[in-house]
Amino acid sequence: MNGLDIFFEALTLRAGYNSALVAIGAALLGIAGGGAGAFIFLRKRALVSDAVSHATLPGIAIAFIVMAALGGTGRWMPGLLAGSAISAAAGLLIVEWMARRTRLSEDAAIGAVLSVFFGLGIVLLTVIQTSSSGQQAGLGSFLLGSTAGMLISEAYTIAAAGAVAAILVFAMRKPMTLVAFDPDFASANGFNVRLTDIAILTLSLIVTVIGLKVVGLILIVALLIIPPVAARFWTDRVDWLILISAGIGGAAGYLGAAASSAFEGFPTGPVIVLVAFFLFLGSLLLSPLRGALASALRHWQFRRRVHERQGLLALARNEPILDGLTLSVLRRAGSIRRDGVATLSGRAAAAKALQDEARWAEALRGKTDNPILEQYDGLTPIEDLLTADQIAELDRRLARLEAAT
Amino acid sequence: MGGAEFVQLSLTPILIGLFASIACALPGNFLLLRRQALIGDAISHVVLPGIVVAFLITGTVAAWPMMAGAAVAAIVAVLLIEIIRRLGRIESGAAMGVVFTTLFAAGVLLLEQSDTSSVHLDVEHALYGNLESLIWFDATGWGSLFDPEALAGLPPQLPRMALAVVGLVLFTLLLWKELAISTFDAVFAQAIGIRTGLVSFALVVATAIAAVAAFDAVGSIIVIAMFICPPAAARLMTDSLPRQVWWSVGFASLSAVLGYVLAGYGPGWFGSPHSVSAAGMIATVSGVILAIACLFGPKRRRVGQAIEAR
Repeated sequence: MNGLDIFFEALTLRAGYNSALVAIGAALLGIAGGGAGAFIFLRKRALVSDAVSHATLPGIAIAFIVMAALGGTGRWMPGLLAGSAISAAAGLLIVEWMARRTRLSEDAAIGAVLSVFFGLGIVLLTVIQTSSSGQQAGLGSFLLGSTAGMLISEAYTIAAAGAVAAILVFAMRKPMTLVAFDPDFASANGFNVRLTDIAILTLSLIVTVIGLKVVGLILIVALLIIPPVAARFWTDRVDWLILISAGIGGAAGYLGAAASSAFEGFPTGPVIVLVAFFLFLGSLLLSPLRGALASALRHWQFRRRVHERQGLLALARNEPILDGLTLSVLRRAGSIRRDGVATLSGRAAAAKALQDEARWAEALRGKTDNPILEQYDGLTPIEDLLTADQIAELDRRLARLEAAT
Repeated sequence: MGGAEFVQLSLTPILIGLFASIACALPGNFLLLRRQALIGDAISHVVLPGIVVAFLITGTVAAWPMMAGAAVAAIVAVLLIEIIRRLGRIESGAAMGVVFTTLFAAGVLLLEQSDTSSVHLDVEHALYGNLESLIWFDATGWGSLFDPEALAGLPPQLPRMALAVVGLVLFTLLLWKELAISTFDAVFAQAIGIRTGLVSFALVVATAIAAVAAFDAVGSIIVIAMFICPPAAARLMTDSLPRQVWWSVGFASLSAVLGYVLAGYGPGWFGSPHSVSAAGMIATVSGVILAIACLFGPKRRRVGQAIEAR
């Protein structure tokens, strides 16, 4: 059986109990990460979670040392996760404190906490490495994650914590949305901005800690950042943003874990991150709302409309047309023949454009307070915005003007 | 411990750590003031895919192709961040997060896919380097400093790092006026004819050079710490940019030397025969210095915060 077959088996949860477990766990992790990440993204604090995730390392190492000193193996998972949560929380509080109480900006605080906690963690890892030979092997896997040999209890922990994070997102969505968009308004309405901020980052902390085993601490931040950035291309509404972001995160976790179990040398964490990136890339290119292709298309259509309009006006005024694009646009519309002479329909359209232009000029004269007239873009026919009586009135005024001159 | 042993085992790692720290702290000052501190973080993550791709193309772990690969990756990353930021109209932090996690993940995947068992190339090495191993085999004592034969056996990272420091010092001195003015008042800088876009790009390139040269010797973790911690601590000591740069160089040097000594000899004071990671310890010491500056630095508060915070 080749890798592709196993991949499809893994996708349909038939590739064995263990990989099904990992795939479901990774999907839940992705959903929690995408949901929590949406608020962090809206609050423009995506990289705070990077500091949080790197700050887990010394906690893991200290928990290991303490548990080993108490006579255990040091590799008891809940103990390690508790340690990682404590040091991540310490890192988070230090970032908050530095950004509030010193003149350093938040990004400097993030970088400082990230690098120093990570450095300290590396020091402690080498301490463990030399003092208890061979036992640290399990700890290195927290850097990049490793789902091989994941225990069922660990998978259940991930599933339960993912569900808790999802419920928290749902319960806190109103204050978090308000704070993300307008902190001043939120605070005037009695919401505690600082507490809400901390709640948002606590969510990222939960996701980080449960993601350590699957994705690893260096890359877990990707599950908080990439899904909301991708989701942003599809919608302008917050509730949809959260749902789409969670969906993208879940899909990345699920597909990534399945691919990782099917192909040789596909480490779970990096593969999940790359799947998330491809979903982001697809959104960036294809989204009809803000995608690159859609905006390129809109831009091109706009250019064509401008050229057609200006070309018709030039025809009506008997001015020569020299621009190549204008000529080809008019030719395609059937307004001019190949030799550049206007056709019957072209002359009609040109007269219409000239009339439209005159009506617009009259309508806009001295009347800037009409909100409808503010939609004037030089392209929209006036019949689309004004009623027939209004246009008739305009024509009467134009006729009077002509009679006067 | 005698002089001979010191020169052979500790002198070169200390010097390399020192040069790497200073090379990163110098551009770090300007990145910090421009609120671009995390560019250094992003760059040091993308160095990994850069060197892996360079290895796959050349098939060797020679230093220069790898450094070229890393530099290319750094510049590609900065461009990608800019493209994603503009196309998606999203804040630069999120764009940065998308790019550096993706490139790092791609680097790890490439590393797993390619056969690197024969060469010394792995994620751990990329993260925390191997400063302790950069020893000077041919040295027999202080006299070796004047012995051309022994000097030829210096670890190649030392002259490379020294070159990088010289380059960054020159960069800082020559572009001082442009960097300083465009950092504090970009509009004024443009008005007097400074091309601010070009200055920003030069700063990113200098950052990439420092990151790549230092990465080769000491790993990413020192690089990120040195871009941020010494300049940040220096910022809390003074309001003057020249003094801030001097303070940052001082803090970087102190972190490098003290960190190396603590890592190498510290465990011995507790009766352990082993040493701990020098790179990690240097980062930790720089963090301790920053913590002290945050608590006691004379200029630690924002203007106007002094009274309110009491």
